[in-house]
Order: sequence, then structure tokens, then C-alpha cells
Amino acid sequence: MMAQFVFYIFATVLLFSAAMVITARNPVHAVLFLILAFFNASGLFLLAGAEFLAMLLVIVYVGAVAVLFLFVVMMLDVDFGQLREGFQKYAPLGGCVGGVLFAELVLAFSHWQMAPGRAAPLAAPGLTNTAALGGIIYTHYVLLFQACGLVLLVAMIGAITLTLRERVTGRRQNVTCQHARTRADTLEMLELNLGESVAERGGFLRPKGSYNEIAVPGSFGLVPENPKDDVASNKEKGA
Amino acid sequence: MAQFFYHTLVGQICLMLLETLAVLVPLLIGVAYLTLMERKVMAAMQRRRGPNVNGAFGLLQAFADAIKMIVKETVIPAGANRGLFLFAPFLTFSLAMVAWAVIPTGNGLAVANINVGILYLLAISSLGVYGILIAGWASNSKYAFLGGLRSAAQMVSYEVSIGLVIVSVLLAVGSLNLNDIVLAQRHVWFCLPMFPMFVVFFISALAETNRAPFDLPEGESELVAGFFVEYSSLAFGLFFLGEYANMILMSSMVSILFLGGWLPPLGIAPLTWIPGPLWLIFKILFCLFVFIWVRATFPRYRYDQLMRLGWKVFLPFSLLWMIGTAGFLMVTGLLPHSGGVN
Repeated sequence: MMAQFVFYIFATVLLFSAAMVITARNPVHAVLFLILAFFNASGLFLLAGAEFLAMLLVIVYVGAVAVLFLFVVMMLDVDFGQLREGFQKYAPLGGCVGGVLFAELVLAFSHWQMAPGRAAPLAAPGLTNTAALGGIIYTHYVLLFQACGLVLLVAMIGAITLTLRERVTGRRQNVTCQHARTRADTLEMLELNLGESVAERGGFLRPKGSYNEIAVPGSFGLVPENPKDDVASNKEKGA
Repeated sequence: MAQFFYHTLVGQICLMLLETLAVLVPLLIGVAYLTLMERKVMAAMQRRRGPNVNGAFGLLQAFADAIKMIVKETVIPAGANRGLFLFAPFLTFSLAMVAWAVIPTGNGLAVANINVGILYLLAISSLGVYGILIAGWASNSKYAFLGGLRSAAQMVSYEVSIGLVIVSVLLAVGSLNLNDIVLAQRHVWFCLPMFPMFVVFFISALAETNRAPFDLPEGESELVAGFFVEYSSLAFGLFFLGEYANMILMSSMVSILFLGGWLPPLGIAPLTWIPGPLWLIFKILFCLFVFIWVRATFPRYRYDQLMRLGWKVFLPFSLLWMIGTAGFLMVTGLLPHSGGVN
């Protein structure tokens, strides 16, 4: 009875928040409702005894994917009124896509059999569903799993290629170069007699050699244009 | 009595409430004294006295602060999104509390001893970012917003390496249950064979709780106070409590994953006399001391350095270590088989 009660709570909130995702005026609210929907779906998974999937849903979708959604939506200046203008024009098309997806789901659930031939031994008592999933994914269907990984890898490389820009003016710190610097490389102590000006000796504590030879002008400690030559010239100075 | 608690619905609900209180009350007292401990320890490191006026040795300072915070006026900025503005601190605080449901303080002594305990902790800690992100956005202030964005990016980045570290520990345990993870350390604590992972996890825990030297979300020199700049009174207090409760939670995760949880260092007589929960508390206190020590010692990271450390150092290193652990366990035949997978 308790489980049924909880199920109806989760299911109601899930449907309500799913509806709010597409009707909310504020895009940030829409994403927050989406997160609530994910959360309730994971609650339903828990009730169904699939605790591993429930936790995975929260960790992957709520903890990572939705954070990035929220990130983007918060930073973008989306005018939802403008987006809403084409609603009536696109409604039939959207309805068709939704109908096709729903029909596919119905077909899949009526005829599809998950992991045929493997389901029986995995339903053995005492086997947690984490172990059962691990057995199916990593032992019996490892090639398919690897293929999925490759698809994701290609998508990732694509995203990186699309967004990577080599900026000429980019100031990037070379950490190795930075760590290799010592006090002796950069500073010298001047001993001054009383009354003698620092200016007469060429200034105060300053980098050895010329400032400009150590780094690109105006960016001290950043990567020089041709690091190798630069390191070599520094070594000559030190010797 | 036992009949009432174990066999009637009302009794079970009462038992659950009592168990919850038994965890939360000590936790909140712990949070109160953690703030005092932080001020005292940092004062000692900086050759000061720290709070010493309220009560003996300043022991009542935390309560004085709490009362001060409660009686202040709650100010909600005019442009703020009222509902979300108030929701964010409650979310942060309650997430910091619910995570404690699975922390075992002794063999089988947890409010909920669930199969996927470590995943539950990971899930709850990954939810923590929402409190900060929502607070930053709902305040309708650019400083708060920037603080929130920084924090979100930081927490998502370090969660990746935390996840990989946890996976390498789980490979050696063969179970996602926190109780099993502690019991697997009967012979040797994981901090010895996996010392580099211990260090990576600890540093990631610092980043995950937004503590120094990774406290950029509240970098006061450029963002005033970061995501909670618009908060006052109890709402601020909830953020504050949540942050310190998260510190204790992360310390307990370090203790459970690497320092043998409630187990004594050696299974010999005088050490085994001390009860398990006390050992866990000692270990948590040790981790908290290191948290504070780090804060008193290191300057704040620059944001690009923080991201570089997370993505270019910790992620590849923990990935490599995970593969190495898996390979080693496979070759030596030590890989634990859980649940009898064929």
C-alpha cells in the first residue's frame, strides 16, 4: 500500500513537471522542472527495484547533463516570446514526431526482448542488479558496448574540433617553464654603498638579462613565441 | 517495546524518525563546533587566541553566532526570483543532511544500509551544485551569478576525478555497499596501497566543498562573497551550515574509502576496546584538521590553474591508476567477484 502511494506521488509529480518543462515561460524554470522530472523518474526506478539505474540517472543526468543545460540557459539571453511565435505553425509537425516516437515505443515494448538467452541466468537470486548489468554489458555484449563508446568518442572529437580556436593572442601559461624558473634565473641582489643610488647601478631588483628576452613583451612568465630559442638564450646568459 | 518498533507501521515510522534524529543532532552540534574548531585551529596557527569570550575557551561562541544570525532581518533583493532565492539555501542544507543516511558508523550501523551506498553519496554530492547555481541565478546580481557559474564548473570538473577514484576503490572491494567497503579494509587501509588516489581524492574533496585553496566561488577579492552575496540572516545561515556539513560529509567519505571507516588501525587489544563510532569520529576529526590546516597554509588558486589541475592532472592520472588497478587485480587474480557473475 505504501509503495503504491509513493508510486502515485512520484508519477504525478513526474507528469506535472514534464508538462511544465514545455509550458514554463522562463527557460531556467523549464530546466529546473526537467531536473525535477529526472529526479522523480529515478524515484520510480527505485520503486521498481532498479537502484543502480536510479542512482545512475541522478548522477549522469541530474548531476552532469542538466547542470550544463542550466549553465547554457542561464547564460543565453533567450527570448521565449519570440520562440513561441511559431508554435501554431510547427505544432502539427511536432505532433507527428511525437506520435511516431510513441508508436515506436509501443512496438518496442510489445515485441522487443531484452538480452534473449541471458535474462534467465541473470535473474538468479542473490545477484544484485549492479552485478547483473555489469555481466551483461561488460561480458556478454562488450563489442556493442565498445561500439557505443566509439560513437561517443567521435561525437566528442567533433565537438572539440568545432569549438577549438587557436588564438594568436592567447596567453597560455607553460607550467613546466614556470616551475623551472628559480630565483637565481630571475633576480639579482645589488649591494649598494650608503648614499649610492640604485639608478646608477642600473635599477633595483630586476630580472637578469633583458626583460624582453625572457618572455614575450608584456606577458611576463607566459609562453614565448619560440620557447626553445628562448630557453637557450637564457642559459647562455646564466653561464 | 520491540514489538511496537519492529512490527507496527507507526512504530517503524517512529523508529525511523529516532534514527534520523540520532544522526542529525550530533551532526548539527558537530557543525557548530567545527566552526569553533576552525577559528581556534587557525588562530593557533597564526599565533592568535581565537574566540575566548563566550563561555570557557569560547565554547559558546558557535551558539552566540547562531543566535545573532537568526535574529537578523531576512533581506530579499527587489529583482530576485523570490521562490528560487529562498529554495536554494534549503536545498543546500537538506542535501548536506540526507547524505548522512548511508554513512555507516559501525558494522551495519547506518540509517539505510543500501546496496548502492557509494553511488547514493556521489549522486547527492553531485546535486549540491544546484543550490549554488540556483542561488547565484535567483539573486539577480552579477557577482552572485559569476560565483555560481564558477562553482558549477569547478564542482562538475572535480566530480569526474572523484568518480574515477571511487571506481578504483570499488575495483578492490567488489561491492557498492559502504559497509562492505569498510570491511574490505580489515587487513590494510586503502590509503596505503592507493596512497596517490587518497591524495587526489582529498584534494578533489577540497575543491568539491569549495574550500581553500579552491574557494574561488566566494573569492571575496573579486566577487565580494560569491554566490551568497545577497543572502542574509537564516538563509545565509543555512548555506553556512550546509557548507560545513558537507565538509564533515567529505571527511567521512575519505575516512570510509581510505582510512578504514570505523575499524581500528590494528586489530589488537587496546585499540579494539575503543568502539567503532569513536574511531570514525577520530578519523573525521583528523581529516577536518587537515582541511583547516590547508586553509591556513595555501593561497587561493587562479581559476585556470584550478581547471588545469582538475582536467589535465587529476583526470588522466586517476584514469591511469584505475586501469592499472584493474590490470593488477586481474593479473594477480585478486579481483573480487561480487554476486557470482559468470
